[in-house]
Amino acid sequence: MKAAPFAYVRPTSVAEACALLAADEDARLIAGGQTLVPMMAMRLARPSLLVDVARIPELIGVTETSDAMFFGASTRQAAVERDPRVGRSAPLLARALPWVGHAPTRARGTIGGSVANADPAAEIPLALATLGGAILVRDGAGETEFGADEFFAGPMMTAVPHDGCVTRLVFPVWREARVGAAFAEISARRSDFAYVAAAAQVALDADGRCARIAVGVGAATPTPARLDAAMAQLRGSRLDDAEIRDALAPAVGALEIMVDGHASAAYRRRVALTLATRAVAGARDEARAREARP
Amino acid sequence: MKTTLAVNGRTFTIDVEPRATLVDALRDELDLTGTHVGCEHGVCGACTVLIDGEPARACLIFAVQADGYDITTIEGVAPAPGELSVVQDAFCETHGLQCGFCTPGMILAAQALLRSNPSPTREEIVSAISANICRCTGYGQIVEAIELAARRLAGSNAEKRP
Repeated sequence: MKAAPFAYVRPTSVAEACALLAADEDARLIAGGQTLVPMMAMRLARPSLLVDVARIPELIGVTETSDAMFFGASTRQAAVERDPRVGRSAPLLARALPWVGHAPTRARGTIGGSVANADPAAEIPLALATLGGAILVRDGAGETEFGADEFFAGPMMTAVPHDGCVTRLVFPVWREARVGAAFAEISARRSDFAYVAAAAQVALDADGRCARIAVGVGAATPTPARLDAAMAQLRGSRLDDAEIRDALAPAVGALEIMVDGHASAAYRRRVALTLATRAVAGARDEARAREARP
Repeated sequence: MKTTLAVNGRTFTIDVEPRATLVDALRDELDLTGTHVGCEHGVCGACTVLIDGEPARACLIFAVQADGYDITTIEGVAPAPGELSVVQDAFCETHGLQCGFCTPGMILAAQALLRSNPSPTREEIVSAISANICRCTGYGQIVEAIELAARRLAGSNAEKRP
């Protein structure tokens, strides 16, 4: 199908974009459009005005400080994927990106768009929430920082006000010498929406004990779910397979699991435990393979 | 809405509704019907074109969004009228197409792969075309075609343009 008629404008600043949104309650932002355009083609979305923020210079680019990476919201997923700093400083994001759509959609899709869209099955929100990252949102009143846990309100729902624009994502950077990350996902076919996804990042100390850990589950839950209780239990452990499973089982058991025509709650819960276990073990193995700093 | 499209090295200024997708503008305004329209919602890959050298869905971008980008369609890949590119030729030789509906998208996906990675593994080839659906060939001969094109480009002294 073809999209319903709409007007189109390409502002050159975030302030201008916010003002355009504020003036029209049916206006919507578009960046890469890799989710919004098909929604419009199926007429599940009928915005009156598309405000294109894909080329606003202040929304594009990646910067890094000692403890965080900042991603301009309109930075394309493919550009992040190719950036060699991401693998070093935000390894979980680097592991998650190849699972996002497929190469042609990553060429247009943006990193902030995926977060603003808040699809429960999306990989970038899961990586961000697992690491306890933040989202910067600008509106007419100024810029607000949301923790990922307060940003995602439900499936396709966020804390962004109507006249707001996600400007930057903040990924915490772990500077330990031995850091590993892993991402696991199951879907009906390659690049399709995940039924369950799991993400983990692990830092080991010189003795091989877990110094820091982040693990989360997505797609099975309405919003990405970080498994805080399991993380607390695993800190300081050796992360052997039995310890991982013992810590994750009650955490996954406590999750609110979504059901749809594709998979039952029981299936999703079982797979969530398997994939989360695999992600933590994969992250641990990658961290173990790194030399302890002398 | 006035929009400037840079397609296959030529610049066109067209007047389109904002809701016209890039693939509809290419086909209906510029008569470049080599880019095929399949699902119209980003699943099948038939409408794949190169935008600034990267494969993208021409049905998932409105023409007004593509204003000023460098666009390559299947009409832009052959070195001269009546000739075939190395990739196109390899598709013919290995029977990498049957009905031909997916072929323009497959060829552009292959071109982009070989430009960034001149000697891809089989797995990398499969990954590069995984966003494109073919209902005839079972993909085997398409993968062979891209392998053949890679070998020919590597062995040729001529311009390394896929």
